[in-house]
Amino acid sequence: MNCHSVNRLLNIPEGNEVIALVGNPNVGKSVIFNKLTGRYVEISNYPGTTVDVNYGYYRDYIIVDTPGVYGISSFSEEEIVTRDIVLNTQKIINVIDSVHLDRDLFLTQQLIDYQKEIIVVLNMVDEVKKNDIEIDVEKLKQHLGVEVITTSASKGIGINELKEAIDKNLFKKGNPTPNLDMLLESEGKKLCCGELAEAENIFETSVSELQEKIYALRRNYVDVIYSQTVKFDSKRLAFKNKLSQILINPITGIPILVATLYIMYYFLGVLVAQKLVGFTMNTVMGEYYFGFIEKVIKGIIPNMFLQKLLVGSYGILSMFPIIFFGLLLPLVVAFHFFMSILEDSGYLPRIATLVDRVFNKIGLNGRSIIPIILGFGCVTMATMTTRILGSKRERLITIFLLGLTIPCSAQLGIISGLISKLGFWYLVAYVLIIGFIFGVVGKILSRIIKGESTSLFIDLPTLRIPQLSNVLKKTYYKSKGFLVEAFPVFVVATLLLGFLDAASLLKVIENLAQPVVTGFLKLPKQITEVFILSIIRRDYGAAGLVTIPTTKSQMFVALVTTTLFVPCITSFAMMTKENGLRYSLFVWISSAVIAILVGGLLAHIMIA
Amino acid sequence: MTLDMVSRGQEVVIKSIKSKNARIYALRFGINEGSRVKCIAKINNGPVILRKNHQEIAIGQGFAKEIEVEAQK
Repeated sequence: MNCHSVNRLLNIPEGNEVIALVGNPNVGKSVIFNKLTGRYVEISNYPGTTVDVNYGYYRDYIIVDTPGVYGISSFSEEEIVTRDIVLNTQKIINVIDSVHLDRDLFLTQQLIDYQKEIIVVLNMVDEVKKNDIEIDVEKLKQHLGVEVITTSASKGIGINELKEAIDKNLFKKGNPTPNLDMLLESEGKKLCCGELAEAENIFETSVSELQEKIYALRRNYVDVIYSQTVKFDSKRLAFKNKLSQILINPITGIPILVATLYIMYYFLGVLVAQKLVGFTMNTVMGEYYFGFIEKVIKGIIPNMFLQKLLVGSYGILSMFPIIFFGLLLPLVVAFHFFMSILEDSGYLPRIATLVDRVFNKIGLNGRSIIPIILGFGCVTMATMTTRILGSKRERLITIFLLGLTIPCSAQLGIISGLISKLGFWYLVAYVLIIGFIFGVVGKILSRIIKGESTSLFIDLPTLRIPQLSNVLKKTYYKSKGFLVEAFPVFVVATLLLGFLDAASLLKVIENLAQPVVTGFLKLPKQITEVFILSIIRRDYGAAGLVTIPTTKSQMFVALVTTTLFVPCITSFAMMTKENGLRYSLFVWISSAVIAILVGGLLAHIMIA
Repeated sequence: MTLDMVSRGQEVVIKSIKSKNARIYALRFGINEGSRVKCIAKINNGPVILRKNHQEIAIGQGFAKEIEVEAQK
């Protein structure tokens, strides 16, 4: 492997020397990157979401922010990206989470063994004090043989020292793992970048015996370094981990999970979907904006067809902005705000642990809960993150369940808002029905989809109180990303529907769908529009429900049916990309059939 | 005995990890054959939660059954 031109690899400007920022996930690499280059980068707790490589300038250096990895190998997309950057860069800033020194030093020692020039950054030193850990930094420096700088990047502590170290070019090759050269020699290889990399088999996903020997040797050496440099009081530790145990233990953990979900429902469904949206959609957009725009358009455009297309009930200047800005924007922002808090607190992997046992019954492990929770944000994005799952079978099952049962953020907000008007028992019934279908369909899928499922193996990060500034930044970037992606699809959908309406074609479709919609589902025929919109975007469809007058039972049937109804166009496209057209059509058709059957069954029980 | 039989609060030394995948995952989180770990929580018929120093890891039952351990006093 050549040790040059990471520039060409990443398609970034030539001429400046590159420094790669490398470290485990969630150690604060992106914060340090931001402090050095002044550029904001998304900070996420989920593997599978940071495959984009960011770079920026610090003086004459290009700083490359790599995806977080636990070691340099080829087990995932992130690792392959990081591996390629590391092998093609000579200077590296290795960021370590001080609280997890024993875990993180494995990667550090691997980088040293690759004979890279390194500066080690011991980040989050403030948490070290909080956890009563003592680190002998001088001793650590001696053991590693490289410069070690302590920082608390999120608070700006130690950044100047790091900059100084870069300016003085304190990058050094450290002390390789003892006896590693002997082990390699016995295999006829040398301790040099290319040959070691090859011996560690990092270009293949399979593990060789030699790789295991090297890993074990390195691991044991790192444990020695750790035991000689770090001291902590294990009694205090037991106390600090009580909360983590409470969250994982089913007896306490399940009520806490239910309470968390209820708080989420209350926040999204009651506070935002009803109170805030009532103001933004009805008052701001509905009264002020619509009143204004309708007058203007009717004043200057006499053509009835055009008037209907622009400011009719599906107008591009009426329905679209009212729903997009009045309804979706507040809901999407609120959802991402809530999710960012959950993510940053370190609670999500604990939920994965808690549900593992139940998920095993449907051929999944607890890790699948992460894309499923993400699905409540956007099913399309969640479909993409199923790549973090261990096997094809798990991915197929999870994607199906995502498409069928998970409402996305805005849809969830609208559903929460509509259900809270129906009453508490309707909420319980809704959750039970959707949960039941999730379980039954999961069970059936795990029977029919061949292959093997993997077992859970997940890191539980330290629980911490989320920082507001980080939560706000995350909320901003995620909401923006979502809305930017949604905007064109919405415009097209509205135009299509507006055209169908203005050309009176909507009536024709409604009449065609009548046997199913009014006959079997016993719903008002306008619900057909909701189904048409749902195909394009689920949240848009749900938004349509708000305006249609129904009885309580009809609303309930409509909510269940539209929740289960087909995945939207973008997630359909994503499913096709991930697993092929045959599979996505299978999901699409099955969802439609299940939705109508379940809806019809409910209708015959509930609606006289 | 295997890891799935360990009870809460028990300290064990990892003797062998049969599954290659589990072995590599474990190494990355700082655990290998010979590591002394403590079981800090356990879900009946579900994951075992181990701690080594400040690192907490949840291991599903499938993997736990493939990890041979020895109880420590």
